[in-house]
Amino acid sequence: MDSGRLYLAVGVGGFRRYATYRAAMVAGIFTNTVFGLILVYTYTALWDERPQLGGYDLAQAVTYVWVGQSLFKTLANGGGGVEGELMERIRTGDIAVDLYRPADLQLWWLAADLGRSSFELLARGVPPFVLGALLFDLALPTDALTWLAFLVAVMLAMLVSFGIRYLVALSAFWLLDGTGVAQMVMFVGWFCSGMILPLNVFPGLLGEIVRALPWSALLQAPADVLLGEGDPLGTYAFQAMWAVLLLAVGRLVQGMATQRVVVQGG
Amino acid sequence: MLDGIRTYRMISAMWIRSTMTYRASFAMTTLGNFTATAFDFVAILLMFSRVDALGGYALPEIAFLYGLSSVAFGLADLGLGSMERLGRRVRDGTLDTLLVRPAPVLAQMAADQFGLRRLGRVTQGTMVLVYALATVDIDWTPLKLLLMPVMILSGAGIFAAVFIAGAAFQFVAKDASEVQNAFTYGGTTLLQYPPTVFATELVRGVTFVLPLSFVNWLPATYVLGRPIPLGLPDWVAFLSPPVAVACCALAGLAWRAGLRSYRSTGS
Repeated sequence: MDSGRLYLAVGVGGFRRYATYRAAMVAGIFTNTVFGLILVYTYTALWDERPQLGGYDLAQAVTYVWVGQSLFKTLANGGGGVEGELMERIRTGDIAVDLYRPADLQLWWLAADLGRSSFELLARGVPPFVLGALLFDLALPTDALTWLAFLVAVMLAMLVSFGIRYLVALSAFWLLDGTGVAQMVMFVGWFCSGMILPLNVFPGLLGEIVRALPWSALLQAPADVLLGEGDPLGTYAFQAMWAVLLLAVGRLVQGMATQRVVVQGG
Repeated sequence: MLDGIRTYRMISAMWIRSTMTYRASFAMTTLGNFTATAFDFVAILLMFSRVDALGGYALPEIAFLYGLSSVAFGLADLGLGSMERLGRRVRDGTLDTLLVRPAPVLAQMAADQFGLRRLGRVTQGTMVLVYALATVDIDWTPLKLLLMPVMILSGAGIFAAVFIAGAAFQFVAKDASEVQNAFTYGGTTLLQYPPTVFATELVRGVTFVLPLSFVNWLPATYVLGRPIPLGLPDWVAFLSPPVAVACCALAGLAWRAGLRSYRSTGS
């Protein structure tokens, strides 16, 4: 039970740490709102041409935009969570200190990242969403149960997101400088999670592929639950499958890395 | 001014030499930059796999707007993209190093960590622009031909002013460097789509308040022979150069004010 308290403390630490930078938070909310506005207008033009594109009506598409902007930081689909710091610690050799600790490396960082993403959900998620709801007609569910189902999907998405980013961070054990990988994963993450265009709009085979990839568990899955488009249980199963798979691979890779680790000195 | 240009040239040349020491890494980051920017054009292509027009504009016309916006922004980003690091330098106190050197701070800041990899974005934008020019149906006149390079350079000037003003704002806001992303990356994204897509108030805002529409919307609609946004007369298409000069002058004043107000952290 002691270890449970430890990870809880790490998580709370992550939450409070991100809560320190107020100006950055306001700046981020502003930027997300501006991008949200641009996307809403382009989607409106798109859905004007093809109503019911991807099975969404216009209000649903607009809602999707604000869900995306609100979850952008929480899910860190393009990176930007704790993995940057972890990579830096691997590069500088500080990781040796982490490995000494009587705590599990993966759980430690998972707890820190969950703390971070919970903060981002409250602070950077709610304001753009409220602004969006005030400015546009959104297709929001009226029953509390759907909102609850949405929250569960967001939490599962947090796990999948960490699973992806933990693997990215571990690549630094081999590459030392993980900037290139992080950059590639960032843009693949934006594109494949549906930040630019909802995945259900992607045509043909490409659509089928992106909808099966882990990134579709990040934004598309919770958005569909909120919009009443997906069966929540099926969505959860899909998300949980990726979460378990990615975390297991992360554990395997972590084992390989720590077996052969040569700490950077200096 | 000449002093600043010389400083800029020397520092950026130093960074280019340093980058070229690790050629593989340079190749990868440039390719990454190229691919990264290509994704949003791929998204536009995907949209056009489902529709024939967006806001009344067909794919070649949108590619034309996209190419112009990307190249103008890419050039400004190549030259001044490092400015967004100012907030960090203010926070950790390393800006002081630049202040004691006998060279203009703006030039030092702009050339700091000069990233040749940013050519990736310019290349991608150029390719889209070439595709657009090959497919779009334009009734070329000498005046329209002349407007093309003028538009790109003025557009780069307007975005350069945004970068400088954004950096000046960071003297005050420090942590809030993300605000400028809304105007730089947000601005170029906005201009990639036709003005007919957006609400009139928004178009008015980016014409009269933050004159981003002089980067491509106003001149490009003239070249395409489309109605100029907001029902403005044809001659506004030629106003981009003076607008760019005015923006840069204002940004320069803001930069000066910011630098004057700077108090070191002392660490």
